[in-house]
Amino acid sequence: MLADKDRIFLNLYGAHDWRLAAAKQRGAWNATKDMIDCGRDWIIAQVKESGLRGRGGAGFPTGLKWTFMPKEVKERPHYLVVNADESEPGTCKDRDMLRHDPHLLIEGCLIASFAMQAHTAYIYIRGEYVREREILEQAIQEAYAAKLIGKNNLHGWDFDLHVSHGAGAYICGEETALLESLEGKKGQPRLKPPFPANSGLYGCPTTVNNVESIAVVPTILRRGAKWFAGIGRANNTGTKVFCVSGHVNKPCNVEEAMSIPLKELIETHCGGVRGGWGNLKAVIPGGSSVRLIPAHEAETALMDFDSLSALKSGLGTAAVIVMDQSTDLVRAIARISYFYKHESCGQCTPCREGTGWMWRVLERMARGEADHSEIDLLLDVASQVEGHTICALGDAAAWPVQGLIRHFRHEIEQRIDRYRAAKGVHQVRMVAAE
Amino acid sequence: MSARRLAAEQPASFAFRAEAMPEVERQLAKFPPDRRASAVIPLLWLVQKQEGWVSEPAIRAIADMLGMAKIRVLEVATFYTMFHLEPRGRHHLQVCGTTPCALRGAEALKDVCLRRIGKKFVVRGDGAFSWEEVECLGGCVNAPVVAIDDYYHEDLSPDDLEALIDKLAGGETITPGSARGRQTSAPEGGAETLTDSALYDGSLERPVKLPNRPENA
Repeated sequence: MLADKDRIFLNLYGAHDWRLAAAKQRGAWNATKDMIDCGRDWIIAQVKESGLRGRGGAGFPTGLKWTFMPKEVKERPHYLVVNADESEPGTCKDRDMLRHDPHLLIEGCLIASFAMQAHTAYIYIRGEYVREREILEQAIQEAYAAKLIGKNNLHGWDFDLHVSHGAGAYICGEETALLESLEGKKGQPRLKPPFPANSGLYGCPTTVNNVESIAVVPTILRRGAKWFAGIGRANNTGTKVFCVSGHVNKPCNVEEAMSIPLKELIETHCGGVRGGWGNLKAVIPGGSSVRLIPAHEAETALMDFDSLSALKSGLGTAAVIVMDQSTDLVRAIARISYFYKHESCGQCTPCREGTGWMWRVLERMARGEADHSEIDLLLDVASQVEGHTICALGDAAAWPVQGLIRHFRHEIEQRIDRYRAAKGVHQVRMVAAE
Repeated sequence: MSARRLAAEQPASFAFRAEAMPEVERQLAKFPPDRRASAVIPLLWLVQKQEGWVSEPAIRAIADMLGMAKIRVLEVATFYTMFHLEPRGRHHLQVCGTTPCALRGAEALKDVCLRRIGKKFVVRGDGAFSWEEVECLGGCVNAPVVAIDDYYHEDLSPDDLEALIDKLAGGETITPGSARGRQTSAPEGGAETLTDSALYDGSLERPVKLPNRPENA
């Protein structure tokens, strides 16, 4: 188990006060001025050396992303935008940082903005997180009042930080959809290129980072890049907040070392699988967008980018959804398909039409009212949605379906056979694209 | 996608009350003066806080305030599903039905809503309640979750939800959070992590020397 002294989010559960005085006592805002004095090249070099990879799902190296910003500020100002539109099913880690450790995030915003020469940053938080927004805004007011941020602040880098919010749209977690939303439009993703580092918010150079990616930076600089890089394994470094939900005895969020074995994570922190490890059926290891893995793969999987992608799944947001033997997997994945159907922004035809099509077919499959040949047809449609849309929502809708068929095709087939036996029929009417 | 339409019956006009204006101005001040459209979601949100829902006159009023085409504000109001396009009950419940909540009993909570309130989106006869099923609320380790008005109620059993509805119906206030007494997202029974008292005794506030500091800094 990760030692307490190596944890970053010391108030993950809100057992202590989130306000400035208590946050400082836990180490926030310590030596921030020294970090700024070391210069932006040093900060970026440290973040690169730490091996920090983006915590929002894609796992792109954070330090490298920062270097994509123009080296000089010309007529267009630079912006940092923090993605707090946490909506990936299974994921609720940013929520705890926003409401319990907001000063780590605010400090991180200052440091990252300085490193990218931005004088203004926005934190875009999902509309449903009302309590979290209220706390975050109060924490920002505290930081202004203490002259930690704002004009002529103690750190010598003028910096304004604002909170804006959405109103219920998963797609706004996609970085360019988020920028559209922040500009006051429907959250429909933009074509890339141009990438936000060239043309982002208001057409200005912008970097969009996840809450966790930004909130860990101050501690990385305080403790040293080597400290962070020494946790986990090569290419998968640092600590990570995991969200474990579903059929475990004690669902919880917990900060652990990257690359912790999945089994250890569940058994050490979550009281084990309901009914014991032998009762495990499948795990979605990284939020609803990644392919599920069956119990025998969960036995040895490590919770990091490389181990899970080798299993054709992914770390995603590190949201572990555990499903025991009682789970109707076809129905569980059908519900995820409904989610993507509901959340598709409607811009690209393969996604708009494909997500609804996949959901309708899966609903029938969950009842058994389908044909064996439709399983391959579903796989084919999923593969044609994948990679043919502007943003990754199409991929995210296809992968859970592919994972289900890859590992649990037999369950769908049995369902179809049972339905036919019960009805005494050999063929059912196939209705998909009404 | 979710297809959403404006309500058939609309009020004649909309205006922010005087006491809402400081918050309107505060939201506008967050964005560059030539980027007022950025405040459209926060302002529609304030409309909903005041009126309970977003009407067509309100959409026109916000468009005028922000210098936006009315169709652009209409697009935003219909795209974002938290905006109510018709009146809701005095208390509105958002029941999360996505897989992590479904695995831990969200179906039974929907049944409670059907029985106690009625069909989705239909305001109960006395005007007190309405409900809808929503996509992931982002409280998955405290599943199942129901947002009542603005705040999350977590780890709910059907009985817990019934009790909350009863309390609200009786005019009582309800306390958000875990119905099972959990400390937010910590495991039930208490966390076994973050117990090292040295983290909280103030020693982390003492000045530190940054590792790998460059020579000339």
